[in-house]
Amino acid sequence: MIDVQGVSYRIGSAQILRNVSLQLRRGGVIALAGPNGAGKSTLLSLVARLQSLQSGRIAVDDLEIGACDDRALARKLAILPQHVNASSRLTVRDLVGFGRYPHHRGRPDAQDRARVEEALQLFDLMPFAQRHLETLSGGQRQRAFVAMAYVQDTDFLLLDEPLNNLDLAASRALMAQLRDLADSKGRTVVIVLHDINYATAYADRIVVMKGGAVVADGAPREVVTEAMLRSVFETEARVEIAAGRPVVLV
Amino acid sequence: MLRNRMLLLVLALILCCLGYLLTGVRGSWAFALEFRGLKLAALLLVGAAQAVAAIMFQTITGNRILTPSIMGFDALYLLILSGIVFAFGAQAYQQIDPWLVVLGNAVLLCAAAVALFGAVLRQGQSDLMRMVLTGVVLAVMLRSITSFLQRMIDPNEYAAVQAASFARFSRAETDLLALAALLSLVALAMAWRLRFRLDVLALGPTAALSLGENPLTGQRLVLLLISVLVAVSTALVGPVAFFGLLVTALTYVVLPTHRHAVLLPGGVLMAGIVLVGGQWLMERVMHLDTPLSVVVEFLGGLVFLLLLLKGLKR
Ligand SMILES: Nc1ncnc2c1ncn2[C@@H]1O[C@H](COP(=O)(O)OP(=O)(O)OP(=O)(O)O)[C@@H](O)[C@H]1O
Ligand SMILES: [Mg+2]
Repeated sequence: MIDVQGVSYRIGSAQILRNVSLQLRRGGVIALAGPNGAGKSTLLSLVARLQSLQSGRIAVDDLEIGACDDRALARKLAILPQHVNASSRLTVRDLVGFGRYPHHRGRPDAQDRARVEEALQLFDLMPFAQRHLETLSGGQRQRAFVAMAYVQDTDFLLLDEPLNNLDLAASRALMAQLRDLADSKGRTVVIVLHDINYATAYADRIVVMKGGAVVADGAPREVVTEAMLRSVFETEARVEIAAGRPVVLV
Repeated sequence: MLRNRMLLLVLALILCCLGYLLTGVRGSWAFALEFRGLKLAALLLVGAAQAVAAIMFQTITGNRILTPSIMGFDALYLLILSGIVFAFGAQAYQQIDPWLVVLGNAVLLCAAAVALFGAVLRQGQSDLMRMVLTGVVLAVMLRSITSFLQRMIDPNEYAAVQAASFARFSRAETDLLALAALLSLVALAMAWRLRFRLDVLALGPTAALSLGENPLTGQRLVLLLISVLVAVSTALVGPVAFFGLLVTALTYVVLPTHRHAVLLPGGVLMAGIVLVGGQWLMERVMHLDTPLSVVVEFLGGLVFLLLLLKGLKR
């Protein structure tokens, strides 16, 4: 499980995270929501040791962040950051192939290659496999980066706004994939979502952050209410129950 | 495609080497071959060191404009050299075993480079133009401190330093060759072992870290190797500002790939072709007196300008 204990983070005089504690048990899809600047990306970066911890502690299973082997963690946890930039000289297949690096360390075997092809299929990237990243559309590129995190094949998968640039079909397909990872392989998927309706449709649990702290945490039906939207997002929106789950009318 | 192009490069290099060794021999063949063979080895070594240092540097800095020489690595080497002459005097300096000078200088350069360039790299990772500027300013600064030191040394002693500070592709110091070969072959072998990690480091610090490659560790290791390679090359032929850039630019054009398993050997071949082929053409075919370094620096400088202009437009 991912165990976040009393994590605070500041940049200069700005307090970005305030004493955040969060336990994410193995298995399931957990959505992370909250207004812009709430600290969601910072929290994910800290868990994936992309930024260094200032106070508190984070453990991923038995691996202590800040003290554990980078390679061991890369085999246990994958992250898709909110902003990705990659060398434009890579083809899509090259990029996705790098996702297997923590396992083969530069010498891919037949199985590694098969996994890459499988992911290219899964994310509908076959038509672009040999294209260079710079020639892709925003959504195509986003899918390539998601596929790269996917083939890393880790117990924990952190995705920061993976639906950016994705069309309706691609968004639903991706969420269904993630759901399937959790259901059939027991993986833990943590996903930052701005569209609350995707969160209620696909997540088992929604964690809401605001001002660097967790302000709501629970099953979609408990968390997504008109009162929560009012207090957290400061917006009046109606919430109705449809198909057994809350839906925000925008 | 890459395989064929690598083969072509190998063939071209062999051709250049044969041409260099075998054309225009007057008098004793045995003497000519031995003499030329040593010079050839020195040229190949310098080329390999410069090419691999430049490619690795461009990989960890995430750009294809900067090279260790442009950032002032060899200026740092000269500074250390002048410092030694200044501290001990030229007489004492000339009595020091050249092996010791190169070794000591390489060690000092490693330490200084990691401290200085490590800091610059951490600062500039996100902002290429700032890093280019910092590098160029740094190089100019190091060079002026060096010439300041050299002015303080008396003219005779100054001549001793100057003899050691000008690129002389045609009379590489063959007596140093054994040590240089040893040092650089070790560094080149280590660079080769890093080839897959370099592929990952080229993705940028964030992606590298999430794939389990710590960019800071990698950067330090690479800076160490670069220092050794630059020290060896500068000890053999003096500083060269734009040679590395010329070679990397050509390599990337001929071998369009991100894989260092191809780029590193490709760069070594390309450097050999430019140096040996250039030397052969200038000396034996065109009978020109112009040192090759002047031509190489001119072409390299041109490439630098072109890349810079292209980069600025984007
Ligand atoms: N380098 C920085 N310097 C100063 N403040 C920063 C820096 N990086 C992030 N912040 C601040 O930290 C806060 C949290 O940022 P973070 O990216 O974690 O938010 P987020 O919840 O992911 O927002 P979004 O939904 O917009 O992606 C923001 O207020 C942001 O302005
Ligand atoms: Mg964010």
